[in-house]
Amino acid sequence: MIALLIRDLRLAMRAGGGFGLGLAFFLIVTVLVPFGVGPEGTLLARVAPGVLWLGALLACLLSLDRIFALDHEDGSLDLLATAPVPLEGVVAVKACAHWLTTGLPLTLAAPALGLLLNLPGPGYGWLTLSLAAGTPALSVIGAFGAALTVGLKRGGLLLSLLVLPLYVPTLIFGAEVARRGAEGLATATPFLLLAGISAGTLALLPFAAAAAIRINLR
Amino acid sequence: MSIWEYANPKRFMQTSGHVLPWVSGLAVLSLATGLVWGFFFTPEDYKQGSTVKIIYLHVPAAMLAINIWAMMLVTSLVWLIRRHHVSALAAKAAAPIGLTMTLIALFTGAIWGQPMWGTWWAWDPRLTAFLILFLFYLGYLALWEAIDNPDTAADLTAVLCLVGSVFAVLSRYAVNFWNQGLHQGATLSLDKEENIADVFYIPLLISIAGFVLGFVALLLLRTRTEIRARRLKALQARERMA
Repeated sequence: MIALLIRDLRLAMRAGGGFGLGLAFFLIVTVLVPFGVGPEGTLLARVAPGVLWLGALLACLLSLDRIFALDHEDGSLDLLATAPVPLEGVVAVKACAHWLTTGLPLTLAAPALGLLLNLPGPGYGWLTLSLAAGTPALSVIGAFGAALTVGLKRGGLLLSLLVLPLYVPTLIFGAEVARRGAEGLATATPFLLLAGISAGTLALLPFAAAAAIRINLR
Repeated sequence: MSIWEYANPKRFMQTSGHVLPWVSGLAVLSLATGLVWGFFFTPEDYKQGSTVKIIYLHVPAAMLAINIWAMMLVTSLVWLIRRHHVSALAAKAAAPIGLTMTLIALFTGAIWGQPMWGTWWAWDPRLTAFLILFLFYLGYLALWEAIDNPDTAADLTAVLCLVGSVFAVLSRYAVNFWNQGLHQGATLSLDKEENIADVFYIPLLISIAGFVLGFVALLLLRTRTEIRARRLKALQARERMA
Protein backbone atom coordinates (compact mmCIF):
# COMPACT_ATOMS: atom_id res chain seq x y z
CA MET A 1 0.00 0.00 0.00
CA ILE A 2 2.86 2.33 0.74
CA ALA A 3 4.39 1.39 -2.60
CA LEU A 4 1.10 2.28 -4.25
CA LEU A 5 1.03 5.62 -2.47
CA ILE A 6 4.56 6.44 -3.59
CA ARG A 7 3.78 5.35 -7.13
CA ASP A 8 0.68 7.56 -7.28
CA LEU A 9 2.54 10.52 -5.86
CA ARG A 10 5.33 10.08 -8.39
CA LEU A 11 2.90 9.83 -11.28
CA ALA A 12 1.15 12.99 -10.14
CA MET A 13 4.42 14.93 -9.79
CA ARG A 14 5.75 14.02 -13.21
CA ALA A 15 5.03 16.10 -16.27
CA GLY A 16 1.42 15.71 -17.39
CA GLY A 17 0.42 14.57 -13.95
CA GLY A 18 -1.52 17.75 -13.35
CA PHE A 19 0.09 18.45 -10.00
CA GLY A 20 0.27 22.21 -10.35
CA LEU A 21 -2.92 22.48 -12.34
CA GLY A 22 -5.25 22.58 -9.34
CA LEU A 23 -3.13 25.19 -7.65
CA ALA A 24 -3.04 27.37 -10.75
CA PHE A 25 -6.79 27.03 -11.10
CA PHE A 26 -7.27 28.05 -7.48
CA LEU A 27 -5.07 31.08 -8.04
CA ILE A 28 -6.98 32.13 -11.16
CA VAL A 29 -10.40 31.75 -9.54
CA THR A 30 -9.27 33.86 -6.61
CA VAL A 31 -7.81 36.52 -8.88
CA LEU A 32 -10.98 36.64 -10.96
CA VAL A 33 -13.27 37.24 -7.98
CA PRO A 34 -12.39 40.93 -7.47
CA PHE A 35 -13.04 41.51 -11.16
CA GLY A 36 -16.50 40.04 -10.65
CA VAL A 37 -17.57 41.64 -7.39
CA GLY A 38 -15.46 44.79 -7.41
CA PRO A 39 -12.26 45.72 -5.59
CA GLU A 40 -13.92 47.17 -2.47
CA GLY A 41 -12.00 45.95 0.59
CA THR A 42 -14.86 45.43 3.04
CA LEU A 43 -16.92 43.49 0.54
CA LEU A 44 -13.96 41.26 -0.38
CA ALA A 45 -13.26 40.65 3.29
CA ARG A 46 -16.83 39.48 3.76
CA VAL A 47 -16.90 37.05 0.85
CA ALA A 48 -13.26 35.91 1.17
CA PRO A 49 -13.77 32.77 3.33
CA GLY A 50 -16.59 31.46 1.15
CA VAL A 51 -14.82 32.26 -2.10
CA LEU A 52 -11.59 30.61 -0.98
CA TRP A 53 -13.48 27.49 0.08
CA LEU A 54 -15.37 27.39 -3.20
CA GLY A 55 -12.18 27.88 -5.18
CA ALA A 56 -10.45 25.07 -3.32
CA LEU A 57 -13.46 22.82 -3.92
CA LEU A 58 -13.51 23.53 -7.66
CA ALA A 59 -9.75 23.06 -7.93
CA CYS A 60 -10.16 19.71 -6.18
CA LEU A 61 -12.94 18.74 -8.58
CA LEU A 62 -10.72 19.47 -11.56
CA SER A 63 -8.33 16.61 -10.90
CA LEU A 64 -10.80 13.98 -9.68
CA ASP A 65 -11.12 12.00 -12.89
CA ARG A 66 -7.36 11.34 -12.75
CA ILE A 67 -7.76 9.20 -9.63
CA PHE A 68 -8.85 6.09 -11.50
CA ALA A 69 -9.20 6.95 -15.19
CA LEU A 70 -5.53 6.58 -16.18
CA ASP A 71 -5.15 3.33 -14.27
CA HIS A 72 -8.32 2.06 -15.88
CA GLU A 73 -7.05 2.91 -19.35
CA ASP A 74 -3.73 1.09 -19.08
CA GLY A 75 -5.22 -1.84 -17.19
CA SER A 76 -3.39 -1.39 -13.91
CA LEU A 77 -6.72 -0.95 -12.13
CA ASP A 78 -7.59 -4.55 -13.01
CA LEU A 79 -4.28 -5.67 -11.53
CA LEU A 80 -4.91 -3.64 -8.39
CA ALA A 81 -8.38 -5.15 -8.09
CA THR A 82 -6.96 -8.69 -8.22
CA ALA A 83 -3.96 -7.89 -6.01
CA PRO A 84 -3.85 -9.31 -2.47
CA VAL A 85 -4.43 -5.79 -1.09
CA PRO A 86 -8.14 -5.17 -0.40
CA LEU A 87 -9.68 -2.87 -3.00
CA GLU A 88 -11.09 -0.69 -0.22
CA GLY A 89 -7.53 -0.05 0.90
CA VAL A 90 -6.48 0.77 -2.65
CA VAL A 91 -9.26 3.34 -2.87
CA ALA A 92 -8.28 4.87 0.46
CA VAL A 93 -4.63 5.07 -0.62
CA LYS A 94 -5.55 6.65 -3.94
CA ALA A 95 -7.78 9.20 -2.22
CA CYS A 96 -4.90 9.91 0.15
CA ALA A 97 -2.52 10.44 -2.76
CA HIS A 98 -5.05 12.76 -4.35
CA TRP A 99 -5.27 14.71 -1.12
CA LEU A 100 -1.50 14.97 -0.80
CA THR A 101 -1.18 16.31 -4.34
CA THR A 102 -4.29 18.53 -4.33
CA GLY A 103 -5.84 19.18 -0.94
CA LEU A 104 -2.62 19.76 0.96
CA PRO A 105 -1.09 22.27 -1.52
CA LEU A 106 -4.43 24.06 -1.68
CA THR A 107 -4.53 24.30 2.10
CA LEU A 108 -1.02 25.69 2.20
CA ALA A 109 -1.67 28.16 -0.61
CA ALA A 110 -4.99 29.42 0.77
CA PRO A 111 -3.56 31.96 3.31
CA ALA A 112 -1.48 33.61 0.58
CA LEU A 113 -4.56 33.93 -1.59
CA GLY A 114 -6.50 35.18 1.44
CA LEU A 115 -4.14 38.11 1.42
CA LEU A 116 -5.32 38.99 -2.08
CA LEU A 117 -8.92 38.97 -0.92
CA ASN A 118 -8.31 41.09 2.16
CA LEU A 119 -9.18 38.28 4.57
CA PRO A 120 -9.44 39.64 8.15
CA GLY A 121 -6.57 38.79 10.53
CA PRO A 122 -8.03 36.00 12.69
CA GLY A 123 -9.37 34.28 9.57
CA TYR A 124 -6.03 32.92 8.32
CA GLY A 125 -5.57 30.28 10.97
CA TRP A 126 -9.15 29.10 10.81
CA LEU A 127 -9.19 29.06 7.02
CA THR A 128 -6.09 26.86 6.94
CA LEU A 129 -7.42 24.64 9.71
CA SER A 130 -10.84 24.25 8.10
CA LEU A 131 -9.29 23.40 4.73
CA ALA A 132 -6.94 20.93 6.38
CA ALA A 133 -9.90 19.25 8.09
CA GLY A 134 -12.28 19.46 5.13
CA THR A 135 -10.24 18.69 2.00
CA PRO A 136 -9.75 15.00 2.92
CA ALA A 137 -13.53 14.65 2.73
CA LEU A 138 -13.46 16.30 -0.71
CA SER A 139 -10.85 13.81 -1.92
CA VAL A 140 -12.68 10.75 -0.57
CA ILE A 141 -16.08 11.83 -1.89
CA GLY A 142 -14.40 12.61 -5.19
CA ALA A 143 -12.80 9.17 -5.26
CA PHE A 144 -16.27 7.68 -4.87
CA GLY A 145 -17.56 9.78 -7.77
CA ALA A 146 -14.54 8.82 -9.88
CA ALA A 147 -15.17 5.15 -9.08
CA LEU A 148 -18.77 5.46 -10.26
CA THR A 149 -17.78 6.98 -13.61
CA VAL A 150 -14.53 5.12 -14.24
CA GLY A 151 -15.93 3.00 -17.07
CA LEU A 152 -17.25 5.95 -19.05
CA LYS A 153 -15.50 7.54 -22.01
CA ARG A 154 -16.35 11.15 -21.21
CA GLY A 155 -17.22 10.91 -17.56
CA GLY A 156 -15.73 14.24 -16.52
CA LEU A 157 -18.86 16.34 -16.71
CA LEU A 158 -21.06 13.62 -15.27
CA LEU A 159 -18.54 13.25 -12.46
CA SER A 160 -18.96 16.88 -11.45
CA LEU A 161 -22.74 16.58 -11.63
CA LEU A 162 -22.63 13.57 -9.30
CA VAL A 163 -20.05 14.90 -6.89
CA LEU A 164 -21.15 18.52 -6.43
CA PRO A 165 -24.35 17.77 -4.49
CA LEU A 166 -22.35 15.38 -2.31
CA TYR A 167 -19.98 18.24 -1.50
CA VAL A 168 -22.73 20.44 -0.04
CA PRO A 169 -22.40 19.54 3.67
CA THR A 170 -18.61 19.77 3.58
CA LEU A 171 -18.74 23.16 1.89
CA ILE A 172 -21.35 24.51 4.31
CA PHE A 173 -19.44 23.54 7.43
CA GLY A 174 -16.02 24.39 6.00
CA ALA A 175 -17.03 27.85 4.82
CA GLU A 176 -18.88 28.38 8.11
CA VAL A 177 -15.73 27.65 10.13
CA ALA A 178 -13.70 30.04 7.96
CA ARG A 179 -16.37 32.74 8.10
CA ARG A 180 -16.84 32.55 11.86
CA GLY A 181 -13.09 32.47 12.32
CA ALA A 182 -12.70 35.59 10.18
CA GLU A 183 -15.38 37.40 12.20
CA GLY A 184 -13.91 36.27 15.49
CA LEU A 185 -16.89 34.12 16.54
CA ALA A 186 -16.87 30.69 18.20
CA THR A 187 -15.95 28.03 15.65
CA ALA A 188 -15.96 24.83 17.71
CA THR A 189 -19.34 23.43 16.59
CA PRO A 190 -18.97 23.71 12.80
CA PHE A 191 -15.34 22.66 13.05
CA LEU A 192 -16.22 19.47 14.91
CA LEU A 193 -19.01 18.73 12.44
CA LEU A 194 -16.61 19.30 9.55
CA ALA A 195 -14.03 16.98 11.08
CA GLY A 196 -16.84 14.48 11.70
CA ILE A 197 -17.79 14.53 8.03
CA SER A 198 -14.17 13.98 7.03
CA ALA A 199 -13.72 11.09 9.44
CA GLY A 200 -17.07 9.54 8.51
CA THR A 201 -16.51 9.70 4.76
CA LEU A 202 -12.96 8.42 5.18
CA ALA A 203 -14.26 5.43 7.13
CA LEU A 204 -17.28 4.53 4.98
CA LEU A 205 -16.95 5.77 1.43
CA PRO A 206 -13.96 3.58 0.41
CA PHE A 207 -16.34 0.61 0.75
CA ALA A 208 -18.91 2.22 -1.56
CA ALA A 209 -16.17 3.24 -4.00
CA ALA A 210 -14.65 -0.24 -4.02
CA ALA A 211 -18.10 -1.71 -4.69
CA ALA A 212 -18.53 0.69 -7.61
CA ILE A 213 -15.12 -0.25 -9.05
CA ARG A 214 -15.92 -3.96 -8.78
CA ILE A 215 -19.17 -3.36 -10.67
CA ASN A 216 -17.35 -1.34 -13.33
CA LEU A 217 -14.64 -3.95 -13.83
CA ARG A 218 -17.10 -6.84 -14.08
CA MET B 1 -48.68 -14.99 -1.31
CA SER B 2 -45.78 -12.67 -0.70
CA ILE B 3 -44.52 -9.51 -2.29
CA TRP B 4 -41.49 -11.35 -3.69
CA GLU B 5 -43.75 -13.10 -6.19
CA TYR B 6 -43.78 -9.87 -8.15
CA ALA B 7 -40.04 -10.17 -8.64
CA ASN B 8 -41.11 -12.42 -11.49
CA PRO B 9 -41.66 -9.98 -14.38
CA LYS B 10 -44.47 -12.12 -15.77
CA ARG B 11 -46.41 -12.09 -12.50
CA PHE B 12 -45.74 -8.38 -12.16
CA MET B 13 -47.01 -7.65 -15.68
CA GLN B 14 -50.16 -9.69 -15.11
CA THR B 15 -51.13 -8.15 -11.80
CA SER B 16 -50.09 -4.61 -12.67
CA GLY B 17 -52.08 -4.90 -15.91
CA HIS B 18 -55.20 -5.64 -13.87
CA VAL B 19 -54.52 -3.02 -11.23
CA LEU B 20 -53.40 -0.17 -13.49
CA PRO B 21 -56.81 0.93 -14.92
CA TRP B 22 -58.34 1.00 -11.44
CA VAL B 23 -55.51 2.99 -9.92
CA SER B 24 -55.47 5.43 -12.82
CA GLY B 25 -59.24 5.91 -12.62
CA LEU B 26 -59.15 6.46 -8.88
CA ALA B 27 -56.21 8.85 -9.26
CA VAL B 28 -58.03 10.97 -11.84
CA LEU B 29 -61.19 10.95 -9.73
CA SER B 30 -59.55 11.96 -6.46
CA LEU B 31 -57.23 14.48 -8.11
CA ALA B 32 -60.19 16.12 -9.85
CA THR B 33 -62.27 16.10 -6.66
CA GLY B 34 -59.47 17.38 -4.45
CA LEU B 35 -58.29 20.10 -6.81
CA VAL B 36 -61.70 21.35 -7.93
CA TRP B 37 -62.99 21.33 -4.36
CA GLY B 38 -59.82 23.00 -3.14
CA PHE B 39 -59.64 25.63 -5.87
CA PHE B 40 -63.30 26.60 -6.21
CA PHE B 41 -65.25 25.54 -3.14
CA THR B 42 -63.07 26.51 -0.19
CA PRO B 43 -63.20 29.93 1.46
CA GLU B 44 -60.26 32.30 1.10
CA ASP B 45 -57.87 32.68 3.96
CA TYR B 46 -58.37 35.98 5.80
CA LYS B 47 -54.69 36.87 5.51
CA GLN B 48 -53.39 35.09 2.41
CA GLY B 49 -56.44 35.54 0.22
CA SER B 50 -56.71 33.09 -2.65
CA THR B 51 -52.98 32.27 -2.65
CA VAL B 52 -53.62 29.76 0.14
CA LYS B 53 -55.08 27.44 -2.46
CA ILE B 54 -51.68 26.52 -3.79
CA ILE B 55 -51.30 24.09 -0.88
CA TYR B 56 -53.40 21.60 -2.85
CA LEU B 57 -50.49 21.32 -5.28
CA HIS B 58 -47.49 22.30 -3.21
CA VAL B 59 -47.92 20.05 -0.18
CA PRO B 60 -48.69 16.76 -2.00
CA ALA B 61 -45.89 17.37 -4.52
CA ALA B 62 -43.36 18.10 -1.79
CA MET B 63 -44.41 15.03 0.22
CA LEU B 64 -44.07 12.84 -2.85
CA ALA B 65 -40.72 14.32 -3.88
CA ILE B 66 -39.16 13.13 -0.64
CA ASN B 67 -41.03 9.84 -0.40
CA ILE B 68 -40.23 8.86 -3.98
CA TRP B 69 -36.54 9.13 -3.13
CA ALA B 70 -37.20 6.93 -0.09
CA MET B 71 -38.99 4.44 -2.32
CA MET B 72 -36.02 4.45 -4.71
CA LEU B 73 -33.75 3.77 -1.75
CA VAL B 74 -35.81 0.72 -0.79
CA THR B 75 -36.01 -0.65 -4.33
CA SER B 76 -32.27 -0.03 -4.81
CA LEU B 77 -31.56 -2.02 -1.66
CA VAL B 78 -33.83 -4.82 -2.87
CA TRP B 79 -31.98 -4.87 -6.18
CA LEU B 80 -28.54 -4.92 -4.54
CA ILE B 81 -29.49 -7.64 -2.08
CA ARG B 82 -31.89 -9.89 -3.97
CA ARG B 83 -31.13 -9.02 -7.62
CA HIS B 84 -34.76 -8.66 -8.72
CA HIS B 85 -34.80 -6.79 -12.02
CA VAL B 86 -38.31 -5.42 -11.52
CA SER B 87 -37.06 -3.63 -8.45
CA ALA B 88 -34.22 -1.89 -10.27
CA LEU B 89 -36.53 -0.92 -13.11
CA ALA B 90 -39.06 0.48 -10.64
CA ALA B 91 -36.33 2.72 -9.19
CA LYS B 92 -35.44 3.87 -12.69
CA ALA B 93 -39.11 4.48 -13.48
CA ALA B 94 -39.70 6.47 -10.30
CA ALA B 95 -36.81 8.93 -10.69
CA PRO B 96 -38.29 11.20 -13.41
CA ILE B 97 -41.57 11.35 -11.48
CA GLY B 98 -39.66 12.40 -8.37
CA LEU B 99 -37.78 15.01 -10.37
CA THR B 100 -41.06 16.42 -11.67
CA MET B 101 -42.56 16.50 -8.18
CA THR B 102 -39.52 18.38 -6.88
CA LEU B 103 -39.91 20.90 -9.68
CA ILE B 104 -43.64 21.29 -9.02
CA ALA B 105 -42.97 21.89 -5.33
CA LEU B 106 -40.24 24.45 -6.10
CA PHE B 107 -42.33 26.28 -8.70
CA THR B 108 -45.56 26.42 -6.73
CA GLY B 109 -43.56 27.53 -3.71
CA ALA B 110 -42.00 30.35 -5.74
CA ILE B 111 -45.38 31.43 -7.08
CA TRP B 112 -46.79 31.52 -3.57
CA GLY B 113 -43.68 33.10 -2.11
CA GLN B 114 -43.70 36.06 -4.47
CA PRO B 115 -46.88 37.71 -3.08
CA MET B 116 -46.53 36.31 0.47
CA TRP B 117 -42.84 36.62 1.30
CA GLY B 118 -42.16 39.23 -1.36
CA THR B 119 -39.54 37.05 -3.01
CA TRP B 120 -39.48 34.18 -5.46
CA TRP B 121 -36.64 32.47 -3.73
CA ALA B 122 -34.93 32.60 -0.37
CA TRP B 123 -31.98 30.53 0.82
CA ASP B 124 -34.13 28.95 3.44
CA PRO B 125 -33.13 25.47 4.72
CA ARG B 126 -36.21 23.73 3.35
CA LEU B 127 -35.99 25.43 -0.03
CA THR B 128 -32.26 24.79 -0.27
CA ALA B 129 -32.65 21.16 0.72
CA PHE B 130 -35.20 20.74 -2.05
CA LEU B 131 -32.90 22.31 -4.58
CA ILE B 132 -30.19 19.85 -3.52
CA LEU B 133 -32.67 16.97 -3.78
CA PHE B 134 -33.37 18.17 -7.31
CA LEU B 135 -29.63 17.98 -8.09
CA PHE B 136 -29.53 14.45 -6.66
CA TYR B 137 -32.38 13.38 -8.94
CA LEU B 138 -30.56 14.96 -11.90
CA GLY B 139 -27.32 13.14 -11.12
CA TYR B 140 -29.13 9.86 -10.62
CA LEU B 141 -30.92 10.14 -13.97
CA ALA B 142 -27.75 11.25 -15.75
CA LEU B 143 -25.91 8.19 -14.45
CA TRP B 144 -28.68 5.90 -15.71
CA GLU B 145 -28.47 7.55 -19.12
CA ALA B 146 -24.69 7.42 -19.33
CA ILE B 147 -24.14 3.68 -18.95
CA ASP B 148 -24.93 1.21 -21.72
CA ASN B 149 -24.98 -2.09 -19.87
CA PRO B 150 -28.33 -2.16 -18.02
CA ASP B 151 -27.09 -4.31 -15.11
CA THR B 152 -24.03 -2.16 -14.53
CA ALA B 153 -26.23 0.92 -14.71
CA ALA B 154 -28.66 -0.55 -12.19
CA ASP B 155 -25.85 -1.46 -9.80
CA LEU B 156 -24.08 1.87 -9.98
CA THR B 157 -27.24 3.94 -9.65
CA ALA B 158 -28.27 1.82 -6.67
CA VAL B 159 -24.93 2.53 -4.98
CA LEU B 160 -25.32 6.22 -5.82
CA CYS B 161 -28.83 6.20 -4.37
CA LEU B 162 -27.62 4.71 -1.08
CA VAL B 163 -24.73 7.13 -0.69
CA GLY B 164 -26.86 10.01 -1.98
CA SER B 165 -29.52 9.34 0.65
CA VAL B 166 -27.00 9.70 3.45
CA PHE B 167 -25.69 12.93 1.97
CA ALA B 168 -29.19 14.26 1.29
CA VAL B 169 -30.06 13.85 4.97
CA LEU B 170 -26.72 15.39 5.97
CA SER B 171 -27.33 18.36 3.69
CA ARG B 172 -30.83 18.80 5.07
CA TYR B 173 -29.46 19.28 8.58
CA ALA B 174 -26.36 21.14 7.44
CA VAL B 175 -28.42 23.89 5.81
CA ASN B 176 -30.51 24.09 8.96
CA PHE B 177 -27.38 25.06 10.78
CA TRP B 178 -26.61 27.83 8.38
CA ASN B 179 -29.85 29.74 8.16
CA GLN B 180 -32.88 29.67 10.39
CA GLY B 181 -35.33 30.04 7.57
CA LEU B 182 -38.54 31.58 6.39
CA HIS B 183 -40.55 28.47 5.58
CA GLN B 184 -43.06 27.40 8.18
CA GLY B 185 -42.51 24.20 10.12
CA ALA B 186 -44.38 20.97 9.55
CA THR B 187 -48.11 21.42 9.98
CA LEU B 188 -49.47 18.01 9.18
CA SER B 189 -49.00 15.27 11.72
CA LEU B 190 -50.89 12.14 12.58
CA ASP B 191 -51.28 12.64 16.31
CA LYS B 192 -52.69 16.15 16.52
CA GLU B 193 -56.31 16.93 17.26
CA GLU B 194 -56.65 19.31 14.33
CA ASN B 195 -53.90 20.11 11.83
CA ILE B 196 -55.58 22.86 9.87
CA ALA B 197 -59.22 23.90 9.71
CA ASP B 198 -61.36 21.12 8.26
CA VAL B 199 -62.60 23.22 5.33
CA PHE B 200 -59.05 23.20 3.97
CA TYR B 201 -57.98 19.88 5.42
CA ILE B 202 -60.44 17.50 3.75
CA PRO B 203 -59.81 18.65 0.16
CA LEU B 204 -56.08 18.66 0.95
CA LEU B 205 -56.24 15.03 2.09
CA ILE B 206 -58.13 14.11 -1.06
CA SER B 207 -55.61 15.77 -3.31
CA ILE B 208 -52.73 14.12 -1.41
CA ALA B 209 -54.44 10.79 -2.03
CA GLY B 210 -54.85 11.79 -5.67
CA PHE B 211 -51.14 12.61 -6.01
CA VAL B 212 -50.13 9.33 -4.37
CA LEU B 213 -52.48 7.30 -6.58
CA GLY B 214 -51.30 9.23 -9.60
CA PHE B 215 -47.71 8.40 -8.69
CA VAL B 216 -48.55 4.71 -8.29
CA ALA B 217 -50.31 4.69 -11.66
CA LEU B 218 -47.41 6.43 -13.42
CA LEU B 219 -44.91 4.18 -11.66
CA LEU B 220 -46.70 1.01 -12.76
CA LEU B 221 -47.05 2.35 -16.28
CA ARG B 222 -43.39 3.34 -16.52
CA THR B 223 -42.15 0.10 -14.97
CA ARG B 224 -44.25 -1.87 -17.45
CA THR B 225 -42.76 0.19 -20.27
CA GLU B 226 -39.25 -0.51 -18.99
CA ILE B 227 -39.95 -4.24 -18.79
CA ARG B 228 -41.36 -4.23 -22.31
CA ALA B 229 -38.35 -2.29 -23.59
CA ARG B 230 -36.08 -4.85 -21.93
CA ARG B 231 -38.00 -7.71 -23.59
CA LEU B 232 -37.82 -5.97 -26.93
CA LYS B 233 -34.05 -5.65 -26.61
CA ALA B 234 -33.77 -9.33 -25.73
CA LEU B 235 -35.86 -10.29 -28.77
CA GLN B 236 -33.77 -8.09 -31.05
CA ALA B 237 -30.60 -9.61 -29.68
CA ARG B 238 -31.96 -13.10 -30.25
CA GLU B 239 -32.87 -12.18 -33.83
CA ARG B 240 -29.38 -10.91 -34.53
CA MET B 241 -27.89 -14.12 -33.16
CA ALA B 242 -30.13 -16.30 -35.35
